[in-house]
Amino acid sequence: MVHLLLTAHAVVGVAVLLARGRLRSRAFLVGIVPPLASVAWAVTRAGDVLDGEVVTSRAEWVAGLGLAIDVRLDGFALLMIGLVSGIGSLVFAYGRSYFGDTVRAAQVAGLLTLFAGAMLGLVLADNVMFLFVCWELTSITSYLLIGNDDRDPLARAGALQALLLTGTTGLAMLGGFVVLGEQAGTYRLSALVEHPPEGPAVATGLVLVLIGAFAKSAQYPFHSWLPGAMVAPTPISAYLHSAAMVKAGVYLIAVLAPAFADVGVWRPLVVGVGLFTMIAGGLRALRPHDLKQLLAHGTVSQLGFLVVLFGLGHDAATAAGCALLAAHGLFKAALFMTVGVVDHQAHTRDLRELPVLRGRRWGVVKGIAVVSAASMAALPPLAGFLAKEAAYDALLHGGTAERWVLAGIVAGSALTVAYSLRLAVGLLRPSLIAAPFAESDGAPPPPPPAAAFVAPAAVLAVLSVAVGVAPSLWNGVLDGAATALDSDAHVHLALWHGVSTPLVLSAATIGTGVVLFLARRPVAAVQARLAPPWSGARVYDEVVARLTRAAGAVTRFAQPGSLPVYAAVILLTAAGAPLLALTVGTWWPGWPEVVGSFSYVPVAALLVGAAVAATLMRGRFASALLLGAAGYGMALLFVIQGAPDLALTQFGIETLSILLFLLVLRRLPDSFSQRTPKIGRALRVIVASSVGVFVFLMAIAAAGARSRPPVSEEMTSRALSEAGGRNVVNVILVDFRGLDTLGEITVLVVAAIGATALARARTTRRGNDQAAAARPPEVAGEVPR
Amino acid sequence: MRRSTILDVTVGLLFDAVVVLSIYLLFAGHNEPGGGFVGGLVAGAGIGLRYVADGMRSVRAILPFRPWTVLAAGLVTAAVTTLAPMVLGRAPLEAHSWEWDPPLLGHVKLASTTIFDIGVYLVVVGLLLMLLEALGDAGEPE
Repeated sequence: MVHLLLTAHAVVGVAVLLARGRLRSRAFLVGIVPPLASVAWAVTRAGDVLDGEVVTSRAEWVAGLGLAIDVRLDGFALLMIGLVSGIGSLVFAYGRSYFGDTVRAAQVAGLLTLFAGAMLGLVLADNVMFLFVCWELTSITSYLLIGNDDRDPLARAGALQALLLTGTTGLAMLGGFVVLGEQAGTYRLSALVEHPPEGPAVATGLVLVLIGAFAKSAQYPFHSWLPGAMVAPTPISAYLHSAAMVKAGVYLIAVLAPAFADVGVWRPLVVGVGLFTMIAGGLRALRPHDLKQLLAHGTVSQLGFLVVLFGLGHDAATAAGCALLAAHGLFKAALFMTVGVVDHQAHTRDLRELPVLRGRRWGVVKGIAVVSAASMAALPPLAGFLAKEAAYDALLHGGTAERWVLAGIVAGSALTVAYSLRLAVGLLRPSLIAAPFAESDGAPPPPPPAAAFVAPAAVLAVLSVAVGVAPSLWNGVLDGAATALDSDAHVHLALWHGVSTPLVLSAATIGTGVVLFLARRPVAAVQARLAPPWSGARVYDEVVARLTRAAGAVTRFAQPGSLPVYAAVILLTAAGAPLLALTVGTWWPGWPEVVGSFSYVPVAALLVGAAVAATLMRGRFASALLLGAAGYGMALLFVIQGAPDLALTQFGIETLSILLFLLVLRRLPDSFSQRTPKIGRALRVIVASSVGVFVFLMAIAAAGARSRPPVSEEMTSRALSEAGGRNVVNVILVDFRGLDTLGEITVLVVAAIGATALARARTTRRGNDQAAAARPPEVAGEVPR
Repeated sequence: MRRSTILDVTVGLLFDAVVVLSIYLLFAGHNEPGGGFVGGLVAGAGIGLRYVADGMRSVRAILPFRPWTVLAAGLVTAAVTTLAPMVLGRAPLEAHSWEWDPPLLGHVKLASTTIFDIGVYLVVVGLLLMLLEALGDAGEPE
């Protein structure tokens, strides 16, 4: 069933993309079907899974490599499906109102369906290789989604940044998976966690895996792609950057932590990175005026919080992490959606330009935003409050180190309160945040949004309130999720625990946050003074620019663009390799019998004569023709030796070479240049003759060096019986050494593309000047001279 | 450009024969001298003849596909033949042959290696078409 659901995502996604012209905004109604079906399926299995049953199934994938698509539905995967497919379905409903009736809407819908499928596969995968494939699929689909408006350079840059950061670190993660898999002898995730491998290699493998997880979940220092991805349309931000993609790294850390938290540098690394991210992201979120930027940095901060909770790998923190994971999905998606509504109706999401929103429908929107922001700030009686109380409670009962972690989390949460207030107050009373431009100029107030546009966010906000007021609604699901990760982890959230330390800490957090918000002008001034001169985005830009420069320098060195240099390098290698072989070995078989048969003499004479004449000719055409004659002489030798296949090939090659020579030579002067300096000519003679001499010696030595029966005898005997062919040469090419042939024709294809590109570069240079001007100079300078 | 009627007629007659020969070589390759590579070269020589006689226009008229399509089709054919057995749980490139007796043709045997060879053939032909497109002067490449 799981495989059917995954296939459905892929098929529907591709079908929507293909029919995008006809479907337009209706595409969302088609694309929502697979995620909804996934939710329905998860609901039917929920009862069993929450009782501790685990649903598994397996489909062979590439049996020859031992790859299979193992999937596994446990309590935690169930929670993740709620986020991925549940919130996903709401995003589809929201996207239908957000996008007009355009082809682009259908394109987004199709890609979102593919993305939802990849994400579903990721959380259900029980084979790390399959997980990795889904992981990279989410990177690729998110690249296409962020860069969906391909005429916007910002969108392209943001998409590329996301792809580079999550894609390259994904490769590190693949390396880590291989290390872990080889150490454990299994690539099954559940087996890895159940019987964790040991040894020094495991610690290294874990760090590699963590690099991938950190980048995906926008942890410092890989966080910069997430704010950069805010150029995407809001439905995409709401889904990818709150509910789905960024949770992939958290998911992986959550799954691995119970087994590996004590190994190597895991705990200090994960908790350190998470805490730093939480606080740095929170500080950054106090500054932007763009509401989506504010939310993006807030998401970075909250993801840091999640990474800390799951990364600790002990039961109570894991349980609190599950609660926060769900709460964050609810409030962050709702906030993105409301910001998108405002942006869509008022055409701005800048705090300084927001108009005053009046009317009943706008009241609902503002209510949703305030409730969700309050949940983010962890005010009672909302979902976020319960989760944060649980987190405080979990850390209070730990050792000294955990007290320090707790202090960091309280600080980060105070920042969260401050930026949540900034967001809420900005929407309610824009004039309080910054002097508004628009209020007095008599512009018409933005039209209220349609009910269907607001409904998805309203559902999420209602859920935030409901599970806060009645924790029993989600205790069961969260407990199932936590128990699936760590059998000791249990969730029993309650609104009122009595006056306890967590409650006092919560009050202190809220108080500090309010103070930070009220003192926002001095705080902003201090921040402006203390802010580091670099930001994640700047570092990324600098790294990319330096890489490009370094690549340019390497290319200029390795590709000087001079044909004589290229030819000399190739030919000297051809001469040097046999020389090396001859000096290393001590065998010299002696001169072979020179004339095997009388019929060789005229052919050899033709060969030698043509070759010598080719070097003496002034005209290029004549030289090329003589080279061809030498090649035909070679083919004649093959015929005499009884190798018809070789002879046929040689004849064909020579014929085509002459043709190609003629095509190229038409564009060159008729005769070779006479103005080459003497030294250059001497060098050429030396290079050419050393190739001739050494290859000749090598041929003689190689022919006499055989000490074992030739492999060809075995191949001849096996050709008919095993490959069903009588022509041994062909059987070798297409069967015994077929992989080599595949490699060779790939080289042919690349050579064909390269030759065409080179030949056309000259003719289309003028047309490309504009394109070249748009590229960075390092790249544009690399056109071959 | 002055055209030679004799060349035109000869090439017209020869070309089809050369293509038939190249296809013969392609399929005979499993048991007799020949194979996809040689077959492709022979077909390439035929195409070269057309180019010499009548320029790029007549080369483009041979096939309804662009050169890179032929090239890609060849590589994909070969790669699929290589990978297909792996999906079925066998070694890459593991050979398989089908035999049947269609009317008129008598006993026919098709080995999976022949399909691989068709890929090689297409790559070689595509390579030559690409090079002609790049280096030949036929006026306006689109």
